Amino acid sequence: MRERPIRVLIAKPGLDGHDRGAKIMARALRDAGMEVIYTGLRQTPEQIVETGIQEDVDVIGMSILSGAHTHLFPKVMQLLKDKEAGDILVIGGGIIPDEDIPALKKAGIAAIFTPGTLTETVIDFIKDRVPR
Amino acid sequence: MTLAQGILTGDRRALARLITIVENQPAKAVPDLQVLYPHTGEALVIGITGPPGSGKSTLVDKLAKELRRREKTVGIIAVDPTSPFTGGAILGDRIRMQDLATDPGVYIRSMGTRGSLGGLAKAAHSAIEILDAAGMDYVFVETVGVGQSEVDIVRIADTTMVTLVPGLGDEIQTIKAGVLEIADVFVVNKADRPGADQVALQLEMMLDLNTKEKKWRPPVLSTVANAGEGIAALLEGVEQHYQYLHESGELRGRRRARYRAEIMAIVEEGLRDRLLTFWSGEGKINTVVEEVIARRKDPYSAATELLQPFSVK
Repeated sequence: MRERPIRVLIAKPGLDGHDRGAKIMARALRDAGMEVIYTGLRQTPEQIVETGIQEDVDVIGMSILSGAHTHLFPKVMQLLKDKEAGDILVIGGGIIPDEDIPALKKAGIAAIFTPGTLTETVIDFIKDRVPR
Repeated sequence: MTLAQGILTGDRRALARLITIVENQPAKAVPDLQVLYPHTGEALVIGITGPPGSGKSTLVDKLAKELRRREKTVGIIAVDPTSPFTGGAILGDRIRMQDLATDPGVYIRSMGTRGSLGGLAKAAHSAIEILDAAGMDYVFVETVGVGQSEVDIVRIADTTMVTLVPGLGDEIQTIKAGVLEIADVFVVNKADRPGADQVALQLEMMLDLNTKEKKWRPPVLSTVANAGEGIAALLEGVEQHYQYLHESGELRGRRRARYRAEIMAIVEEGLRDRLLTFWSGEGKINTVVEEVIARRKDPYSAATELLQPFSVK
């Protein structure tokens, strides 16, 4: 057993209003014993990074279905670096074409989970990557 | 640089880290809390409690914005329930406050109750001290949505606001005995909805029935939080209460009771640890437990025997 719950920020950057995936992930992580900070729709990269820092999260999970991932995900990574918070694990999900994934990983996103991913896959990934 | 030094020089990450340590391994936070303690005592601590969905987060958001207009700094601790089955939690109070996320004069922290039953998190008290030391003028503590008896907030807040909304039927009757008694200020939120006037009236009537001599009568203030209506008047009510606390000497009294309770809690925890170490070293507890199970001894004599070495003459 972990001596502490893993803290995860689930955020939806950008302008699309499709938050079902984010909510399902939040619920699944909760049921896996994690503390999920849920901030709702239309978050700017600045809000996401500042929230991640204030909440001292282990993981930031972002969901985008608008196509703006190539812009917004790397922006979050850059801001985290600027704030010396590059140690926070960042994962992404949503409608993201396969050909975009290598560039996002290069920008520092640890994993991209596309539609059809089992929630257990994400849970295992987080538990595996967050230090005890 | 230690976390305490970082916090005193305005480092947000240090502040966030120390609150995490207080939540996870409180003993490890002690050296930093000791350094911070002389810098505390300046913040006004405002508790906000009430039923789920009564607008607590929205009220905190609007009050914080009003205070920011007055160039005050604000710390916010928002507590949501932890699952008793998995230990997980959805901490969603921030949804209503995200406009404040990038304001350098505001720090917001979400906490799970992690087994506490009084509407707060165990670490909330230390988190208040940390925010106080970090220079926040106001610290808001938002409890979980409460029912009847989750009144821990009154032990850590200078001023406690209780929010109610119309449409809860005889909710007023049902929570009368517990939560309604701790209010310094009543807020009837969603006051644009039918029935709000009755809620305010019922509260006033309940206050009329207070037979005990009380110097402070909680005002009943109406708000429509999401439209920002009534917020300035609410803040005024809070400030009047603070002034009353100050002038009547009750602030001193409340804080005295609070520190006494805090010291006793630390002493009791330390004492329990020491006793357990002492007894398990002797193998004593197991022996008496067996005797009680076998009905050779009753639990009361067993306890008396365990305490024998510590009896005061």
